[in-house]
Amino acid sequence: MPISFAAQLNSVLAALILLTAFGLLAQRRIYGLLHLFAWQGLFLSISTAVVGYAAGQHHLYISSILTLALKVIVLPYILHVLIIRLKIQKEVETLVNIPATMLMGIALVIFSYHLTSPIRELSTLVTRSTIAVALATVMLGLLMMITRKHAVTQIIGFLAMENGLFFAATSATYGMPLVVELGVALDILIAAFIFGIFFFHIRTTFDSLDVEQMARLKEED
Amino acid sequence: MISPFTLTTAALFVILLALIMVPLLSRSQRLLIVSVFSLTAVASLLTLTAGIWTVWDGITESYIILLGLPDLPFHMRLDPLSGFFLTVIGALGFMVSVYSIGYVKGFIGHRPVTSLAVFYSLFLAGMFMVILADDAFFFLISWEVMAAASYFLVMFEDEKTENRRAAFLYLVVAHIGAIAILLSFGLMAGSATGFEGFNGYTFDAMRHATFPPHWAAVAFFLAFFGFAAKAGVIPLHVWLPEAHPVAPSNVSALMSGIMLKTAIYGIVRVTFDLIRDFPWWWGAVVLIFGLASALLGILYALQQQDLKKLLAYSSVENIGIILIGIGLSMTFAAFHNPVLSALALTAGLYHTLNHAMFKGLLFMGAGAVLHATHERNMEETGGLIHRMPWTSALFLIGCLSISALPPFNGFVSEWLTFQAFLLSTALPSTLLNLLIPLGAALLALAAALAAMCFVKAFGVTFLGQWRGHHRPHIHEVDWSMRTGMGMAALACLCLGIFPTVMINWMDAVSVMLVRGKLAESAGAFGWLWLTPISHERASYSGPIVLLGIVGVVSLVFLLLHARRRTIHRGPLWDCGFEKITPRMQYTATAFSMPIRRVLGFLFHVRERQEAKRHLVHKAFIERLRYSLRVRDHLWDWLYQPVADISFWVARRVGRLQQGRIQVYLIYSFATIILLLVLLR
Repeated sequence: MPISFAAQLNSVLAALILLTAFGLLAQRRIYGLLHLFAWQGLFLSISTAVVGYAAGQHHLYISSILTLALKVIVLPYILHVLIIRLKIQKEVETLVNIPATMLMGIALVIFSYHLTSPIRELSTLVTRSTIAVALATVMLGLLMMITRKHAVTQIIGFLAMENGLFFAATSATYGMPLVVELGVALDILIAAFIFGIFFFHIRTTFDSLDVEQMARLKEED
Repeated sequence: MISPFTLTTAALFVILLALIMVPLLSRSQRLLIVSVFSLTAVASLLTLTAGIWTVWDGITESYIILLGLPDLPFHMRLDPLSGFFLTVIGALGFMVSVYSIGYVKGFIGHRPVTSLAVFYSLFLAGMFMVILADDAFFFLISWEVMAAASYFLVMFEDEKTENRRAAFLYLVVAHIGAIAILLSFGLMAGSATGFEGFNGYTFDAMRHATFPPHWAAVAFFLAFFGFAAKAGVIPLHVWLPEAHPVAPSNVSALMSGIMLKTAIYGIVRVTFDLIRDFPWWWGAVVLIFGLASALLGILYALQQQDLKKLLAYSSVENIGIILIGIGLSMTFAAFHNPVLSALALTAGLYHTLNHAMFKGLLFMGAGAVLHATHERNMEETGGLIHRMPWTSALFLIGCLSISALPPFNGFVSEWLTFQAFLLSTALPSTLLNLLIPLGAALLALAAALAAMCFVKAFGVTFLGQWRGHHRPHIHEVDWSMRTGMGMAALACLCLGIFPTVMINWMDAVSVMLVRGKLAESAGAFGWLWLTPISHERASYSGPIVLLGIVGVVSLVFLLLHARRRTIHRGPLWDCGFEKITPRMQYTATAFSMPIRRVLGFLFHVRERQEAKRHLVHKAFIERLRYSLRVRDHLWDWLYQPVADISFWVARRVGRLQQGRIQVYLIYSFATIILLLVLLR
């Protein structure tokens, strides 16, 4: 596989990652969100492996396998179990309507391209064209956290943000040192467990997973 | 090999040992008290020895301790100035530790004393380390250890709202002060080696730096503000009369006796040792704050009914007197007059030592009264001289010393301060020549008011008859408390009788700081006579005054008792009114009435009288109720507005907090986007 082909393949995968990020913004159903998140993880994992091959960085294969295991299998599974246990399969409510969110997302992508244009000119990596996509994924994840009301969707937004960061790391510098990546992977896993515990607590306290309810915690004066 | 440095390190290790022993012994509280306070007494004794030794030999040695952050090791230094303050802390620390063995036992059965033992040891260790520190980093860490430990000590009886409030106020003021000190050190370190590196954090680097005059002034006033907050200089004194009374009395003795002195140490260290070169008006500012504290402090003290609160306000006064000495010394030093500068500095430092001794003694005495009667309000006590003769006699010595009466120590240091004042005509500035004598007059007024204040404290508490509604079983305190107080009283007497020896010993400090020698002129006539500058001007002899007083008193005693029949005990003449009760005695409130009438505008006085009249005729009053509340104006003028503004700002800022996660996320999102746009 020649390098230019790898770079093109990577660009395609980046486009798919961005597409799933928009999908996450647009999706109303919680299972749909979960599937889209798993797909994003899969594309990320393949992209990491491709970059690893193209750049000859063999530790990226390990990251790729870790991503596959964690973000495609384990985390969606944990969230799936949570959704069944908490009986929250119904439609997800949004705070801002979906077309408006999409428009904001597009603005963010343009902003990211604008932001990373000086880096693209300076960088010599094969992956340099995808930095903007990575940054856009991070921002879209944050936007998703802002526009959704439900706690589970916020977690998915958070994890999508993490995907974006990971993608940024591989595309900007051919990945972080393996130790750091292992640490991050462990953090994500533990975070998922903690979220699970918190969901149960939030639900027992408020009888709902709607984070709007938490406004009641604010001190009145 | 034994040297002062090994002794102080040993002292710190002894305190560490005490801290290690606490968890092992917390089961048996009695044993815990005896062992921990004995160990702190040993540590204080070691420090005392090291301090005396350092000053005596004029040692200046620095050490690098391999603790602290990487590349920022702790520095320690022993020099005559730190030696002098180690002596003060060691001496009072030893006395109070001995006293604590008995005093803290009073808590057994009421509450666990483990925390008191832990924080007492930490407090003492913190004060030792503040004095030893030779870099800003170690100094501030020790300073915070001291502040935090004393916060917990003030909080010791935390079930009372009053105590929690006092402790919080103390913490706030202490930290505002600490921030100012931190900024001041930062400025000095930056001027020393530039703001790029951290190398300027040692005091040694600051010592060798030359500061631009404006920045030096900013650094000095920041440091002065910070240390003044700790020392309780008016108007930063508000925490002091709240925190000292509610702390356990042994802790009040330490706080008032030596913790305030660490702030004096800081001022002297920063001014004379680190900045070194200063204009005369800095000294004038210090002098003015000193005068204000001395006069207002004692006036507020006179209005107090709470014995410990009275003592706390009196500490404000004494800190003022010490600052007067230091301010004069700075002024003289700025005009290059080393001998007079040394005189004023010696007066200030001597008063530091003296105040530690007599205020320690008085707080221990108040603690003994509290221990025996569980009463802090003077209006509810009285007549204790019959039940507690030892405590009364020792407390009286403390009162005489603090009222600056010969032959006790307070007289010597205040007399030296007056000498410094009166010699200020040597200054080349006419303005100062006119104004400084006014300061002397104010100091004289403060000294007279102090005497009045302590006549009240002693008279109302110990003389007359018991005023309280119920009469508790009052007993004399045990040997350890009496030993602690006795040692302090003895120190008061000795410091008053042998000032020449002391000044000879302390000379190393003024030689180091202002390059002026006092010992030659002060001790020109041997140990018997103290002649500060020359014997034509003024001289004082403690031993001769003591002999005179003892002679007169014994003569009178002999004359009265030679004929047994001269003393009668008979019924009191009751002016024809038959039902005299102890409630009709002269009260503390009544005693300070004249001052309230004359100088009432200085206080916030609220006086109320309610008469319940008899039904038969309005001329017959059945019951009269009198209530009085005296506060200082400064709270309303200075602190209340600041508190109101900060609450107002907090409420405004609180609106940002919507309680909705999305809004918080938008804040971060907007911040990120904004930063990306700006810093692209």
